Amino acid sequence: MLTILFWVFSVLMLASAAAVVLFRNPVNSAMSLVLSFLALAALFVTLDAFFIGVIQVLVYAGAVMVLFLFIIMLLDLKAETRRRLNIAALAGGIAVLGGFVVLITHVVKSLPASTDHFPPLARTGYPDAYDIGMTLFSDFNLPFQIIGVLLLVSTVGVVFLSRRSLR
Amino acid sequence: MATIVQRPKLNLLERSYFPAILGGLWITIKHFIKMLFGQTKVTMQYPEQKWDSAMPEWYRGAPTLVKDEHNRERCVACQLCEFICPPRAITIKPGELPGDNRWSKVEKYPEKFDIDMIRCIYCGLCEEVCPEQAIFLRKDYSITGLTRSEMVHDKEKLYELGGVMHGLVHKWNEKK
Amino acid sequence: MPSLDLFLQPEIFLVWTAALKTFVILGVVLTMVAYSVWAERKVSAFIQDRIGPNRVGWAGLIQPVADGVKLLLKENFVPGGVNKFFFSIAPSLAMIPAILVLAVLPFGSSLFGVPMVIANLDIGVLWVFAVSSLGVYGIVLAGWASNSKYPFLGGIRSSSQMISYELSLGLSVVPVFMITGTLNLGEIVQYQVDHGWMVFPAWFQSGGGLLEITTDNGGMFGLDLGQSLLWIPMMISFVIFMIAMFAETNRVPFDLPEAEQELVGGYHTEYSSMRFALFFLGEYAAMIAGAGVIVTLFLGGWSLPFVPDGSQGWFWGLVNIGTFFAKVAAIIFFFLWVRWTLPRFRFDQLMKLGWYVFFEVALLNIFLTAGILAYLQS
Repeated sequence: MLTILFWVFSVLMLASAAAVVLFRNPVNSAMSLVLSFLALAALFVTLDAFFIGVIQVLVYAGAVMVLFLFIIMLLDLKAETRRRLNIAALAGGIAVLGGFVVLITHVVKSLPASTDHFPPLARTGYPDAYDIGMTLFSDFNLPFQIIGVLLLVSTVGVVFLSRRSLR
Repeated sequence: MATIVQRPKLNLLERSYFPAILGGLWITIKHFIKMLFGQTKVTMQYPEQKWDSAMPEWYRGAPTLVKDEHNRERCVACQLCEFICPPRAITIKPGELPGDNRWSKVEKYPEKFDIDMIRCIYCGLCEEVCPEQAIFLRKDYSITGLTRSEMVHDKEKLYELGGVMHGLVHKWNEKK
Repeated sequence: MPSLDLFLQPEIFLVWTAALKTFVILGVVLTMVAYSVWAERKVSAFIQDRIGPNRVGWAGLIQPVADGVKLLLKENFVPGGVNKFFFSIAPSLAMIPAILVLAVLPFGSSLFGVPMVIANLDIGVLWVFAVSSLGVYGIVLAGWASNSKYPFLGGIRSSSQMISYELSLGLSVVPVFMITGTLNLGEIVQYQVDHGWMVFPAWFQSGGGLLEITTDNGGMFGLDLGQSLLWIPMMISFVIFMIAMFAETNRVPFDLPEAEQELVGGYHTEYSSMRFALFFLGEYAAMIAGAGVIVTLFLGGWSLPFVPDGSQGWFWGLVNIGTFFAKVAAIIFFFLWVRWTLPRFRFDQLMKLGWYVFFEVALLNIFLTAGILAYLQS
């Protein structure tokens, strides 16, 4: 059952991710990206990672993509759909993609993990939100705090830059 | 002299809108509860309840034609109502009374008398102008029809609505 | 030959009870949606000294059926120049998230030992926010795909409004999790059964209170020091959550996406027939789901003081379910009551309120709760 779900959602995710690039209309692309995020969240859920799955939907599909869509709608879409296909750019893109896939395969194959089978993560008996919280606030407390400060700095920076009168 | 209306200075509580919102909610719930317990007067439920009994004497409903006590049609086809009618709702075709008629001294009668009730504005000028007091605005107000032609009242319909009216005009009666 | 035992095997039992619960809840909620439309018209009429629908059935009670038939039989018109695909799926996108929220709401304690919640997720509250944040797509896409100015403005307004108020919505419930220590909606309700409702903490199970009156069945009535202190941040949370819920469900005084006077009908101007009906029903379904979340988080869910839960017999299980829906109905009445009292906010006022007031207050409220909790534990 889980295997079937895995294949259904991974195919859905990859197909909609490809559709993001292939669609000419930006709104179609954005909605494909939303679908891709939802399928990814479903994959997380099949791994029992409910928290990550739901946060994926909440943050990316629910907030970030709404903002994307908001901006896309304010653009002139007709110019975008009229644009001709650029053969050179397409070939370049495919070449870069192929190189990247080859690189990744080599790196993954050279890792010792590719042959080992890891045991499943021990369930602590708590919801996974608890596990993530404990890990973040004990083992990775300093990086977590640093990221928090970084985000705060960028927020303050955005507020400062968006003020009308910059002297 | 110009009057300067001072804007009231609002304190913090008033500026938070909460007292005004709660006041508004209180007013609406009062109306709701009063209605719930049937203490509010509401509009008449029209098709079931009608205001016919409360209708005043001078109510101006549909214009009708009346007959007198001898069952003679009072209208003499003078066409004054046709001329005065502001929306031109009235169409009259006068006809001549034959000599052997009991009322041949009246000379004319309406061969056709149509009032287009789509046009009629119930102003009552026809009633006012009529020298024979033959046209009256009665209390019918619900004039309906499915077609335009149904909404044109012909002579028959007008007499049916108007009925008989006694007295008032005696000049055509036989001398004793 | 499948026997009865097959249906009692744990996994199969789970599947068919979940399916049964889904159908029943969907039926109940869709009926509630239809009748909240009726209630909307009736309440608005009563507030304005009118009678309201009273022709179809007794007191107009069959009116929703008549409305439904009318909307079904109307022409499903698609204007020229619209993006057909998004135009057709937008109404469904507006309706589905509202219904999905119902999956995690505990609408009762238990009946014959079956817990009365469709999916008992450990992260129930996050599920609610995640799914309801997807509801904006229906509105935005409807506005964009209609190829018309007013729906477009409605869609733009809706997206910025929902993004702004999701923040206060999410932040305002953080104190609830800090107090209960769980994201599971069922456990949050159980906490309120033991310690009193979040907005009315007047009873508790164990001692240590300021004022105690022990009742016959072992419960205690009175005031607990901790609960009374925590009542202050809980009330702040409740008010912010309630108001943000008004904004999330596009209800007056925050119904700018469909402001009739400025935008004709907002995002559903170009819609007709059943597609329009789906938007309409989606709005009310979102309202019912929102009311359910409010009831679960702050008003004790299915619990009433000193009423036992479903483990004491099926009768009490049914009483719990009835309690939950009665509370939801009360919240919906409040939604309607507010709608027919307050005028609409201006767009800049709406944004200011969301970003300058609620966001900050909700944030401060978290620190306040943390302080009180630290004081109580020391």
